[in-house]
Amino acid sequence: MRTSNSLIAVAMVVLCPALTFAGTISGKVTYTGTPVKQKPISMAKEPSCDKQHATPITTETIVTGANNSLENVVVYISAGADEAAAPAQAVTFTQKGCQYIPHVIALHTGQELHVVNGDQTSHNIHPMPKSNPEWNKSQPPGAPPIVQKFDNAEFISVKCQIHPWMHGWFAVLKTNHYAISGDGGSFSLPNLPPGKYTVTAWHEDYGTQTQEVTITGNETKSIDFSFKAKAF
Amino acid sequence: MKNSKQLMFRIGLGCLALGVLSLPLSAQDAPDVGPHPAPPLKNMESHIGKVTGHAKDGKMDYRRYCAGCHGDLGDGNGENAAWLDPKPRDFTIATFKCRSTPTGTLPTDEDLYNTIGRGVTNSNMPIWNTFSDQQRADLVAYIKTFSPRWEKEKAGEPIKIGPEPAVTIGSISHGKALFTKMECWKCHGPEGKGDGPSAATLTDSKDQPIRPYNFAAGSDDSRFKCGGENQDIYRIFMTGVDGTPMPSFSDNIQPNDAWDLVHFLRTLQVHRKSKENDALKAAGGKIPPYEEKAAPAGQTPNGAAGGGK
Repeated sequence: MRTSNSLIAVAMVVLCPALTFAGTISGKVTYTGTPVKQKPISMAKEPSCDKQHATPITTETIVTGANNSLENVVVYISAGADEAAAPAQAVTFTQKGCQYIPHVIALHTGQELHVVNGDQTSHNIHPMPKSNPEWNKSQPPGAPPIVQKFDNAEFISVKCQIHPWMHGWFAVLKTNHYAISGDGGSFSLPNLPPGKYTVTAWHEDYGTQTQEVTITGNETKSIDFSFKAKAF
Repeated sequence: MKNSKQLMFRIGLGCLALGVLSLPLSAQDAPDVGPHPAPPLKNMESHIGKVTGHAKDGKMDYRRYCAGCHGDLGDGNGENAAWLDPKPRDFTIATFKCRSTPTGTLPTDEDLYNTIGRGVTNSNMPIWNTFSDQQRADLVAYIKTFSPRWEKEKAGEPIKIGPEPAVTIGSISHGKALFTKMECWKCHGPEGKGDGPSAATLTDSKDQPIRPYNFAAGSDDSRFKCGGENQDIYRIFMTGVDGTPMPSFSDNIQPNDAWDLVHFLRTLQVHRKSKENDALKAAGGKIPPYEEKAAPAGQTPNGAAGGGK
């Protein structure tokens, strides 16, 4: 009994700082200048998808919100955090209405990716990586999910060539500490033990930015990223 | 006389100066060919039947015959590359069109060996049938030094191709139903002329415009990039053509169905004499709508075009 008590005590000493002093880095991603206007997409060649959109959708290269907020920016810890193992849970990437939902996904190296076809038409899923093997698979309606993983960290452009307007991104990272800026451009990276971190923000068109942040205890550090909009 | 002596003296002096100048050059190895420093050569091998290829023996041939397009570093940026379409293969990423292995996996040594000997139709890659078997095997080994994938991964497991069943109008009909269902026509066009609704927008992985295969043009098989036998056609839609928009269908086409699709694809080669076109002619030149075989008596069969198993 005594030994087990002391074991628990030791375990508490070791584990508790990480639990009680979990810091958070959060903030907003915005842009300055005038972003390029997104182009409307005609799905006339694919009636089964066309009829799912009451108003024509546009390209999603730059998605903005109120107060100059910028969405679809992958914000992640690029240095300072442990390279945790890939989560057992898969990340799902859905094709619906001939669109990728979501437009950008992030996943850990080695983590399972499930590609789902929710449409009544065939898609081909063609990621174009630089440091991972390139593959290209057809997925007819009703086919089971395509299960794949990527061993090397990189930002991978993915296309459907049957429907050339379909374009998305796989952000393959070596960390589980990531967020993708959503509505209002906000992001939050919770559960960070004390330490010095490099936070990187990546946007498919505007590039990357980094900031150094030090977490000393149970605190929330606020950082913002601002990207300069490209003229074209 | 005095002049000629002086001349001789001068020539002698000149020769001496040249000799002194050339000393530091001859003291070291001759400079490497090309603008890039040669990376240390990996001890890569290839195995094609009984022939074993060695990277070190393939290097000279590569630099003489291949580097002009594929580049000294194997990155597809040789000095001719700017003028070529499609672009030369980039060996550093180890993505290859003609494989017997699943999409995303490395090809077998034999796949690369066959591509060298076959050439690549509609590209600037010629048929290298002037090389001996040993030279080709050595080149395959040398090509494998350019990507680290060859040290970390094995070649994929070649897809299995069973014996080809007899051609019947039924197999052609079922193949046509698959062509519709798998939406091959979206790129290749309803008559296989390469004019489907998505054809105009296609690009390869180097962002170069690329055309889907036109089955109807010409009458010979040599226009198939990866071999013109029936089993080569079977293989191509099962493996996909990596680096191009042509995906792999191996997850969704069953082995027997695949042969039916091959038989139908042959009928799209309207100018080619084939057993498939003979079978079509014998059936009156029309492909009947495909009907589910297993429909029990008394039930109406399902719609033809969307059929399948």
